[in-house]
Amino acid sequence: MIPAAFEYYRPKDMAGVLSILEEHGDDARVMAGGHSLIPMMKLRLANVPHLIDLQDVDGMSGIDVSTDSIRVGALVTQADIIDNERLTEAAPILKEAALQIADPQIRYMGTVGGNVANGDPGNDMPGLMQCLDAVFTVVGAGGERNISARDFYEAAYMTAREDEEVLTSVTIPLPKGGYAYEKQKRKIGDYATAAAAVQIIKDDGVCGSASIAMTNLSDTPIFSEAAGAALVGTTVDAAALDAAVTAMLGDIDPTEDNRGPVAFKNHVAGVILRRAVERAWSRA
Amino acid sequence: MSKKQHYAITVNGKEEEFLAEPRELLIYTLRERLNITGPHIGCETSHCGACTVTIDGKSVKACTMFVAQANGKDITTIEGIGGPDNLHPLQNAFKEHHGLQCGYCTPGMIIRATKLLEEIPNPTEEEIRFGMSGNICRCTGYQNIVKSIQAAAAEMNAAKEAAE
Ligand SMILES: Cc1cc2nc3c(=O)[nH]c(=O)nc-3n(C[C@H](O)[C@H](O)[C@H](O)COP(=O)(O)OP(=O)(O)OC[C@H]3O[C@@H](n4cnc5c(N)ncnc54)[C@H](O)[C@@H]3O)c2cc1C
Ligand code: FES
Ligand code: FES
Repeated sequence: MIPAAFEYYRPKDMAGVLSILEEHGDDARVMAGGHSLIPMMKLRLANVPHLIDLQDVDGMSGIDVSTDSIRVGALVTQADIIDNERLTEAAPILKEAALQIADPQIRYMGTVGGNVANGDPGNDMPGLMQCLDAVFTVVGAGGERNISARDFYEAAYMTAREDEEVLTSVTIPLPKGGYAYEKQKRKIGDYATAAAAVQIIKDDGVCGSASIAMTNLSDTPIFSEAAGAALVGTTVDAAALDAAVTAMLGDIDPTEDNRGPVAFKNHVAGVILRRAVERAWSRA
Repeated sequence: MSKKQHYAITVNGKEEEFLAEPRELLIYTLRERLNITGPHIGCETSHCGACTVTIDGKSVKACTMFVAQANGKDITTIEGIGGPDNLHPLQNAFKEHHGLQCGYCTPGMIIRATKLLEEIPNPTEEEIRFGMSGNICRCTGYQNIVKSIQAAAAEMNAAKEAAE
């Protein structure tokens, strides 16, 4: 399983990265942890004549928690998220989700930037970031711009990021209320059959707001505004849960694959969303 | 394009310098270029963990890293933690508690376990099973692997206490 030959670069700063991207256009691609890209290159599903390793680029590995938001550098790994106590205190859903991604070895290498930029519907962080209403910062020759996670995903492996732009960080408004990341998979290390990210606010026993996003149930992550709206103003009782599941099922569009037929996926999506909402509500 | 490049990596304390194509997978560098055959190739698709080594303090599947990425790094394989005459407590515990049958997964298991015990010196069974979940064994059913790691942890903790 040897990929096609490539030229390898390990620039020390973003200017170096951008100049290689500009020079080689479509033939160049950045790599962070490599744990999505290298498997694709080995299978020759990805051909990357000019491979730019980001590991030495300065200023992309920080986690900053402030009073109203969290900034996570693109090169922060899943293991870094799990280990950062300050981050876990501020946004415990990040650790809960990261622990359900892949396996220990892969979590040391896989980065937040790679996970959200990849565009694979199976990745867990895109849905998580939609639930949290995160903003992705990308930089290109023309400078920096911010893209909402909820607007970022266009189709499988197609995102709002231009090929010659690099994602540098993810900014998350400090989450409030109860949370849950619930994932059904066939075994540890597997991508989701269905996963749900939920943040929910309880005011005097009534749901004040709810944010819900689903993973691997369409060719993009699905932020289901309708599912959240179905819970608002309720006590999150059985009728409200039924309404949220029905609304969510109207937003997803699963396809049959080796994780099961469409009817099964819809069923699992409902079970997972129920569990996620119940757990989030119990923590709210 | 993709001419051979000069690389320098430290493996088990020894600096190794050689020419290789950047696309060479680290597992082949170790096994075929440097004749360090402890790390095995099970799946070659990042799933089984037989190829696990420690790189700058992280457990990494060496089939999922290009040699170019490893340039300048410090790598430890099963060969670097102990040998037949000076077994590491984990190696000894796997032997004593039948933590292996065919042995194919064992170098990856043990090198991963060294890192697990560094992070969690006194792990519960659940922590062991979760922390070792990137390593697959087709023989043992895992029970004796868990026992071996628990036994090694006890021995290492006792030795640490005795030293203090
Ligand atoms: C066996 C196995 C199981 C896995 N299971 C899961 C799972 O359950 N859930 C899950 O979410 N993931 C899973 N993964 C994927 C893993 O989390 C990846 O590491 C992650 O998706 C990508 O992160 P990376 O840093 O490795 O990215 P890379 O592989 O380096 O890059 C992935 C893609 O993103 C692009 N990219 C990377 N960084 C940037 C950046 N800063 N700016 C712009 N583009 C960038 C690359 O060009 C490439 O196209 C699994 C992987 C393996 C091998
Ligand atoms: S050979 Fe590397 S994970 Fe199986
Ligand atoms: S002992 Fe045979 S695979 Fe583990």
